[in-house]
Amino acid sequence: MNDALVPLMVLLPLLGAALALMLGRRQRAQMVVSTLVLAAVAVIAAVLLAEVDASGSGVAVAVGAWPPPFGIVLVVDRLAAIMIIISALMLLGVLVYAVGQGIADQHRETPVSIFHPTYLILSAGVFNAFVAGDLFNLYVGFEILLSASYVLLTLGGTGERIRAGVTYIIVSLVSSLFFLSAIALVYGATGTANIAQLSVRIAELPQDVQLILHLLLLIAFGIKAAVFPLSFWLPDSYPTAPAPVTAVFAGLLTKVGVYALIRTETVIFPESDLSTLFLVIGGLTLAVGILGALTQADIKRLLSFTLVSHIGYMIFGIGLASIAGLAATIYYVIHHISVQTTLFLTTGLIERFGGSTSITRLGGLRKASPMLAVLFFVPAMNLGGIPPFSGFLGKVGLFLAGADAAGGTPATETLGTSSPGPDWLIWTVIGVGAATSLVTLYALTRFWNLAFWRPKGELEGYRSRLIDSVQEAPAGATVVATRTTPVPMLAATAALVALTIALTVFAGPLYELSSRAAENLRDATVYVSIVFPNGGAL
Amino acid sequence: MTASLTLVIVAAVLFGTGITVMLERSLTRVLIGFLLVGNGVNLFLFVMAGEPGLAPILGEGDVSELSDPLPQAFVLTAIVINLGITAFMLALIYRSWWLAQLGERGDLIGDEEEIVEDAEETADLYRSSEADDLAVQEVLDASDEDGGRP
Repeated sequence: MNDALVPLMVLLPLLGAALALMLGRRQRAQMVVSTLVLAAVAVIAAVLLAEVDASGSGVAVAVGAWPPPFGIVLVVDRLAAIMIIISALMLLGVLVYAVGQGIADQHRETPVSIFHPTYLILSAGVFNAFVAGDLFNLYVGFEILLSASYVLLTLGGTGERIRAGVTYIIVSLVSSLFFLSAIALVYGATGTANIAQLSVRIAELPQDVQLILHLLLLIAFGIKAAVFPLSFWLPDSYPTAPAPVTAVFAGLLTKVGVYALIRTETVIFPESDLSTLFLVIGGLTLAVGILGALTQADIKRLLSFTLVSHIGYMIFGIGLASIAGLAATIYYVIHHISVQTTLFLTTGLIERFGGSTSITRLGGLRKASPMLAVLFFVPAMNLGGIPPFSGFLGKVGLFLAGADAAGGTPATETLGTSSPGPDWLIWTVIGVGAATSLVTLYALTRFWNLAFWRPKGELEGYRSRLIDSVQEAPAGATVVATRTTPVPMLAATAALVALTIALTVFAGPLYELSSRAAENLRDATVYVSIVFPNGGAL
Repeated sequence: MTASLTLVIVAAVLFGTGITVMLERSLTRVLIGFLLVGNGVNLFLFVMAGEPGLAPILGEGDVSELSDPLPQAFVLTAIVINLGITAFMLALIYRSWWLAQLGERGDLIGDEEEIVEDAEETADLYRSSEADDLAVQEVLDASDEDGGRP
């Protein structure tokens, strides 16, 4: 029975999208369909997680009963199930927010009946990418979510969005071409696109061929994950979209890239050793991203830069090539998905309430709306890594794993045959990570101080060294301050804030779950045995 | 693995020209470049099937004589995806051209103004077509007179 559940996670959103499209302008019915579909996927993922967590391996479904490696396999292990649950919850929260915004604005921001269908197709693409057991199916998943994201990003077709959309779309197209070429080469070299079979066959290839294939895949996924130096497109394209769209993109799309990177490193190329490259790239992503965030006056752009920067933590965790490193990475991914999404939703509320997202034009928000202040403060401190929150726990986990790997503690369990990079490099990246965390905190508290604590009256002619060198967003469209915060938007944001707090409160069990998920990734043979329980992967 | 050299060269040419065209400023050229490179990648996938053989249908021949069907399935899927993206890109290019023509005014043209403009355009169209009709009629009359002459 559980075999049938796996394809449902992709099919339900697709069928829901068709139904929502047919319902056309009947917003209420569309809303019911989307909510039910996403809730159903979350429940299915929870059931599957319970099952794979109990069995310790995973579920593999051969679609259409074509046996692997000839047909398409969908694979759910702990990592995939965790990713799907957290994504479905985020998508659900943002959906309620978007509906609330649509009702309040009489659909000025999300004017068309295609919002719900496109949103569901995006979800289908994300879920498909998480369960793909086949490189080509992963490509199809990426394309589904990207096509939907093109539509969502250019929703309404204003000049600003078209300009931002063009950058995003062309960069995505190029990365897709890279990915498809990589698949062609991989197929030419091994005669298969099945991920489990690849992990066996790629090991037999000469080292230099392996390296070329590996790097090609890394470039394709690196663009999607917005890893430095392939991250230049992100801060220019995300902030112009409607707030709920930006929130979903920021939370989920880059993490799909990170997920693909984890799979590449642990299953497809477990033997190949690029830890040093990962550490260097991780460190640079952290540093360059956060320095960009410092100079932004606009909170949306600031958050986009912190988004890029914090991807560096995950790259660092992957680069450690140890179980502890991966466990911390998985926990950090969960934390980061929820916190970034929440912060972008709060920013949307700030924009509505204050009429601007610029640090130079906002003031007195704490007094005007204490509720908004709480909703911003909690996730902001969480992202900055203040102790009780999950951001702190995730970073500590990563740094401890790094220290273990660098210190060469005998307890360090490395993945496969790969070795972590040089010790001094790991220590350096830990240092950069700690500094990044502090600078993030600085950037967010500066925004907090000026937008929330500074009285409205001081706004005129305000001078401070803090904002001497900040840059406004280019072509900042003025938003009419509505001074309202509709209940559904507020409730959705509050629910997500509560979720981020829950991630902190239940950090113990969650961290153990992440460790078990990382344990599954210790050895590619675990994944291979899920797809080929009776052997025959050669 | 044996592969056709011609196809490899064609794919290489498509890649080269496609990337060159993609570097242009105009969005339409970027789209054309994307299509060229996309077809290059598709050919590339196709080449990876190895030695060509019989059509991969059961009963067509011995299994060792059939060509590999999987890359062909990949190529078909990729073509469908490219088609969808091309359609979206064309819409995007049209929209971006529209905005470039009208500037910031693009979104602000009211319905009434549009109706008036439309009416004027239609009237112009009628006038010009009437003139055309008259000219045609004159030519016809003239030829009638010519033909009618004994």
